[in-house]
Amino acid sequence: MTAATTPARSGVKSVEGAPLLELDNVKMHFKTKGEGFLSRGTKWVQAVDGVDLTLKPGETLGLVGESGCGKSTTARLITRLLEPTGGEIRYQGVDIAHMNERRLRPYRREIQLIFQDPYSSLNPRHTVGTIVGTALRTHDMVDKKGELARVQELLELVGLNPEHYNRYPHEFSGGQRQRIGIARALAARPKIIVADEPVSALDVSIQAQVMNLLENLRKELGIAFVFIAHDLGVVRHFCDRVAVMYLGRVVEEGPRDSLYNAPQHPYTQALLSAVPDIAVVRGVPPKNRIRLVGDVPSPVDPPSGCRFRTRCWKAQDICATNDPALEEKAPAQRVACHFAEPPVESIVAEVV
Amino acid sequence: MSDQTSPAAPHTVTRVARTPAANEEPYLEVNDLHVQFPTADGVVKAVQGLSYSVPLRRTLAIVGESGSGKSVSSMAVLGLHDRRVARITGSIKVGGQDVVSMSDKELEKYRGGDASMIFQDPQSSLHPYFTVGDQIMESYRAHHNVSKRKAKERAVDMLGRVGIPNPRRRVDQYPHEFSGGMRQRAMIAMALVNDPKLLIADEPTTALDVTVQAQILDLIADLQRDFGSAVVFITHDLGVVAEIADDILVMYAGTAVEHGPVNKILGEPLHPYSWGLLESIPALTGEPAPLHPIPGSPPSLLAVPSGCPFHPRCEFKDRVPDDLCRTLRPELISRTADLGRTSRCHLKDPDRVFETDVLPRLP
Amino acid sequence: MLLYILKRVLSAISVVIVTLVASFALFFLAPTDPAGVICGPRCTPERVADIKASLDLDEPPLQQIGAYMKGIVVGRDFEAGGTTQHCAAPCLGYSYTLGQPVTKLLAAALPVTVSIVIGGAVVYLIVGVLAGTIAAQVRGTTLDKAVVGTTLFVQSIPYFVVALLVALYATFLPQSGYHPFFDNPLTWASGLLAAWLCVGLTNAAAYTRYSRASMIETLGQDFVRTATSKGISRRRVVYRHGLRAGLTPVVTIFGIDLAFQLTGAIFTESIFGLPGLGQLTLRAFGQYDLPVLLGGVLVGSVVLVVMNLVVDIAYTFLDPRVRLG
Repeated sequence: MTAATTPARSGVKSVEGAPLLELDNVKMHFKTKGEGFLSRGTKWVQAVDGVDLTLKPGETLGLVGESGCGKSTTARLITRLLEPTGGEIRYQGVDIAHMNERRLRPYRREIQLIFQDPYSSLNPRHTVGTIVGTALRTHDMVDKKGELARVQELLELVGLNPEHYNRYPHEFSGGQRQRIGIARALAARPKIIVADEPVSALDVSIQAQVMNLLENLRKELGIAFVFIAHDLGVVRHFCDRVAVMYLGRVVEEGPRDSLYNAPQHPYTQALLSAVPDIAVVRGVPPKNRIRLVGDVPSPVDPPSGCRFRTRCWKAQDICATNDPALEEKAPAQRVACHFAEPPVESIVAEVV
Repeated sequence: MSDQTSPAAPHTVTRVARTPAANEEPYLEVNDLHVQFPTADGVVKAVQGLSYSVPLRRTLAIVGESGSGKSVSSMAVLGLHDRRVARITGSIKVGGQDVVSMSDKELEKYRGGDASMIFQDPQSSLHPYFTVGDQIMESYRAHHNVSKRKAKERAVDMLGRVGIPNPRRRVDQYPHEFSGGMRQRAMIAMALVNDPKLLIADEPTTALDVTVQAQILDLIADLQRDFGSAVVFITHDLGVVAEIADDILVMYAGTAVEHGPVNKILGEPLHPYSWGLLESIPALTGEPAPLHPIPGSPPSLLAVPSGCPFHPRCEFKDRVPDDLCRTLRPELISRTADLGRTSRCHLKDPDRVFETDVLPRLP
Repeated sequence: MLLYILKRVLSAISVVIVTLVASFALFFLAPTDPAGVICGPRCTPERVADIKASLDLDEPPLQQIGAYMKGIVVGRDFEAGGTTQHCAAPCLGYSYTLGQPVTKLLAAALPVTVSIVIGGAVVYLIVGVLAGTIAAQVRGTTLDKAVVGTTLFVQSIPYFVVALLVALYATFLPQSGYHPFFDNPLTWASGLLAAWLCVGLTNAAAYTRYSRASMIETLGQDFVRTATSKGISRRRVVYRHGLRAGLTPVVTIFGIDLAFQLTGAIFTESIFGLPGLGQLTLRAFGQYDLPVLLGGVLVGSVVLVVMNLVVDIAYTFLDPRVRLG
């Protein structure tokens, strides 16, 4: 299983020296009908509005944020299940943002998606062998004779009994079903796996099993991950770098440790401080908590300037007029805030 | 949709230290509760011999995975099971009255009066066709003989108390006009409108975002202080337990496997299942440690394993002689010198096993 | 909302026009010569030419449609047997076989059919929704199985057999016949009772099943559990919280159903001897009475689009989440 690094597959072009994946000012605005009696003009939901991200081979990038922040839409843009309304998505330097389906096909093989819900993302009328085999056939990975052997190999790789290839999804538990989804994604020997909340539908003990599986696969196969989760602990465990999203934008992005230990954006600080931490019972002093007031504004009509300003305790006049750019404020740590600074007290208490 | 409140100064909260366990009279007392559902495939034994108690002004967290019986047992406490479908035995005493033996009429009076419940998903738990005020008023008028106008005053008052801005306008809106967090606040207002002495919260923050969850947890804690109720808080999130609970009951396959004060159970648990849970949670601090998940999956409630139901997944069963774990179901009793806590495990020295085998692996 | 209704009415009118033009086209494209059919077996070319001239069939089709449309708006004159008859707007043509304007024929037939359909609907909605709701509550019991079994049995009998049985055996019911409502509501009702029972009870089977399925789903919803947890009575939980949400899909089916029943009451009308729309169009079909047929098509399509609109508007009252726009 070193095949994930097979060089230059047919149909996939690459530009020398370009990063594996690059999102450049990517936008996804969904059309929506105006509400009410007279305001009948079409409005746009700015689900993703100017996201810049890069991913190196074998790297894991975490995307965190609350519902409606655009992290799942970003996942669907990277895998090109959606066509962005603006910006470029470059895979090895080649813009795939507006490629047609035929030209996109080889790239689809390179970037695979794992879904959140292991119950609804598998066709209940197909056996596991068919589900994984279809993925193999779609991408011409093996000839017909080798198909079953490869299916069984993949099932074994994700910790399932290879003899169970002729069973149906309902015969498996939630955790096992998520493993089937992973096997299906691996069938194409991708270079990038986009995992959209891959463990959030699972029980704690099962969640840890799947996390360990993903981690082993990453180490063995060298696959790069875009890992999307709302659970900050899970993201911290799995990712090298983390990007925090709020209302369709990346507000802070950086190496895991700097982001968790010295977050500079007020939203990141609030988010981290809101996570209930079990360490409290083990002698760690209870943390000072920042409580955000109110709700996330509507992405149809986001606040002017900084989008977080309506809930931010640091907000000044400039925040309403000037949209802060995502700039490097610490080594490799980019923050989009006029008043970025590490918290006075540590947000996540260190064990004494 | 959202009420734009001007952002306050960094609103920080530090939680007050908990009062130690007092020897108070229990308000809720569950004794040897069994809940079974006969189905075509056999009898689903959802709860098997569950016992616990909660005094007023205290919060018990019931922790477990799906199928552990935590929700089923709590629905039984509120008398919500359809008796034509569920077989319920044992006793559930709430303020001295036994819920299991209540008649339908008595149950109606009891539900939502002395005891009420908050559910997981406020989106689906509120009726989409009735205004929020209408739903709160209905709850109030079911237990108080008052006019509509009085009931509406009460609804407005409750919405204000749970931190909904503009309650007088909000009371006439429909649930879909509320955000997720606001809907859960409305749910809480509805549950507390009759000043219940017992509040059951079934995963009330699981469907919410983390910043909203923090708001709701604060709110429940504040309201409990004001109302002085006994709270049963069902969750799978040990972090939430650490924040909100006084006591914790860990459930597995329909039974309690460990019970005691929260800092003891989470600080030095004595049951291999609790250990497994702790080792499955990635930490927010320190060097990321590898996770040690519990192998296998929870058992089917149609065929719960013999002896200790956890034995097929337990890595310590070999330390118990005579194959006891497979053949004999352990009792829920004190295993150490600390009498304030109980666990259901055959291990002779669970505290030492935790120190030597488990603790070093924890992050 | 008003703007929405206006938009919908405009689109409804265009749907009706398209339907009319299409039906027109179908008649003219058909290989049969209408004049020949009307003329009958003993026909001479002169007579065919006469008929064609009197029906304007000798004019180009486009002109005929134009004249027809114009007649709807401003009225029209017809020549028949040397005399000129004025047909006031909205004129839908003139039936030569019956010697009357189509509007007059429709005006006489429509109230009959509407009475049958509405009365029947009252019966099957009450019986069906009630039986379905009760069955849903006792799901899986003998009573539930009996209800489901009965509906299956009723639905498997051809409708005309049921109608015939009622007509032949239900002799204890008042003599059926149509008496205008405004003459005497009592005789109106008694004359239609047999038809109502027949339409109502057969359709009730389907509505029992719709309501049962819908209520089973609704009673399993979280908000029903919430309602129970408040301590209100079971009846209030089922009928206020459950039925309110469970009725929504039934209303959708009902709206569409009602429109179809208006145009499909032929059996009921024939068996109970009620001179309704179905009978009128059936007769027109046999005699190739083109204007009457077109009138029937027009009424049918208008009713269908109107019912669709009514259902959509009813939705906004049933479900506050639905906002039209």
